[in-house]
Amino acid sequence: MRRVSNHEATEFVSGSFICDCPAWRGSVGVIRVLRAMNLSSDIWQPIRLTLQLASLTTIILMLVGTPIAWWLARSKRWWKEAVAAFVAIPLVLPPTVLGFYLLVALGPSGPGGFLAALWGARTLAFTFPGLVIGSVLFSMPFVVQPIRNAFEAMGDRPMEAAATLRASPRRAFWTVAVPLASPGFLTGSILGFAHTVGEFGVVLMIGGNIPGRTQVLSVAIYDYVETSQWTEASVLALGMVVFSFCVILTMMLIEKKVARFAS
Amino acid sequence: MTSNTVSVSFHGWLGRFELNAQFEVPARGVTALFGPSGCGKTAVMRCIAGLNRLNGGFCAVAGDVWQDEKHFRPVHQRPIGYVFQEASLFPHLSVRSNLMYGHPSKTAPGAIAFEEVVALLGIDKLLERSPRNLSGGERQRVAIGRALLTQPKLLLMDEPLSALDQMTKDEILPYLERLHGALELPILYISHDMAEVQRLADQLVLMRDGRVLAAGSLVDLQADLSLPLALSRDAAVSLDAMVVAQDATDGLATLEVVGGRFFVPAEPLQPGESRRLRVLADDVSLAREQPSRSTIVNVLPARILSIRSQADHRVTALLGLGQDGAGARLLSRVTERSWNELDLKPGLDVYAQVKGVALVRREEPSA
Repeated sequence: MRRVSNHEATEFVSGSFICDCPAWRGSVGVIRVLRAMNLSSDIWQPIRLTLQLASLTTIILMLVGTPIAWWLARSKRWWKEAVAAFVAIPLVLPPTVLGFYLLVALGPSGPGGFLAALWGARTLAFTFPGLVIGSVLFSMPFVVQPIRNAFEAMGDRPMEAAATLRASPRRAFWTVAVPLASPGFLTGSILGFAHTVGEFGVVLMIGGNIPGRTQVLSVAIYDYVETSQWTEASVLALGMVVFSFCVILTMMLIEKKVARFAS
Repeated sequence: MTSNTVSVSFHGWLGRFELNAQFEVPARGVTALFGPSGCGKTAVMRCIAGLNRLNGGFCAVAGDVWQDEKHFRPVHQRPIGYVFQEASLFPHLSVRSNLMYGHPSKTAPGAIAFEEVVALLGIDKLLERSPRNLSGGERQRVAIGRALLTQPKLLLMDEPLSALDQMTKDEILPYLERLHGALELPILYISHDMAEVQRLADQLVLMRDGRVLAAGSLVDLQADLSLPLALSRDAAVSLDAMVVAQDATDGLATLEVVGGRFFVPAEPLQPGESRRLRVLADDVSLAREQPSRSTIVNVLPARILSIRSQADHRVTALLGLGQDGAGARLLSRVTERSWNELDLKPGLDVYAQVKGVALVRREEPSA
């Protein structure tokens, strides 16, 4: 089969997005085009791995980040802002720094090595579980902050009202706090997911570049460029652009809806 | 201990506010917590509900101890209904779901039923709507209904009308009066509006600067010259009266209180009905002899029981109706000059000329 030039490929892909209005026809078209381009078959591997990593990270962040956000929003302890700052460090820390410490922590002589020994492995570095741990820490502020904001915006009153209506703290949390903070949860999960998809530095430091195991999208693009596989690189890059656009658009629509909701 | 009272005692600091409140009132009817803004009414109510915790406080309702030295029952385990100043409905739930949120799945016989509350508060047309699309008055009615359906043993209402305009207030007040009449539920009601208190309350807890000045029946406290209430601009007494006659030709109803009768212009009243009258101290003047010709229809013999001079050269006198002064109490406020000219003093029999009597609407318990 003939190889499509980069230029043509981008034309095809973007064209199919704009012209075919129904989404399914668009995506069918994209797949057909991608097939026709005869890309190296392992281009799907980093995509699948990235989606797995981002999904798992988002789920874990929801479970871990929600209680942290709740505590940060409700606690009256003076040192809670120190905890908040600690959680937010990855916002400003160079990813390589976080990656470096994670590498040490996950390695054979760190706690990660101890943990890995439980199932007979030597280290958590350069493994998928290691990537998940790194992503959770790296994307934590993007999930905790919106949820915390949503809990704070709610104020004390709904929880007080629920308590005077005989709701136990647990019931009040699930039936009042969570529904009222749902825009925060949505924002947090979208941001957490998207940010995990986009991480590069941390992954490179602790995951390396093992195809099928730790090679995620962002690293794969880098790799394709290094090996002059421009077609693959540009398909992935364009996909990321479209994905990022969708994420931002969704966030804006949510915010607009919330604003209307609140008025 | 099964005393049927609400007994509370809270001492301590809430933030920068020092609370030093202690009172005991019967657990029936409406008890108004009255005082200027910032005097700690809401703090007391939040402590009773358990929303604020003051260690060492005490709170018992109808013999059931909610808080003492050792125990503190959490909010959700106290049989209260709480109506906040703002309705605080759950915006993500429909009116019906809001009402049902605290409604126990199994109710004892004689419980406050859903249909009953909906009818009582006139919210049957709102059930499927979202609280966001309700008016302020409608919201507050739903909030009251929501609190009632938790089957409370004590209803706490923190200025439920203060966020509303006068028209909406007038729309809700009748519902509150109906509530008082229809349910055997003690209500603790915060207000800084004396008119509201006179209309609704049976008992009064007077507060100032975090302290309780006095607690007792509304009628007694209003007539207590040692309290600031009797010296305030709108000092008044409330009188529980019974309709004895209604004159169809001139529209005057005759209402009897202990030791006297009042003639009040009113819409037709049924003889035997109970009504509450309000007489302002400024509307009562005094005469040594019975005035022979006067436009004032209510002239009642009374005795001066005690007096208190005010800084503004006026005198407030406590009167007892009837020849021996043993009847209902009235307040009269006159100038120092006329007081001295008439040579008035406690113990003297006089005629109280009552310029205005307000009929405070009130439906008595049907039971």
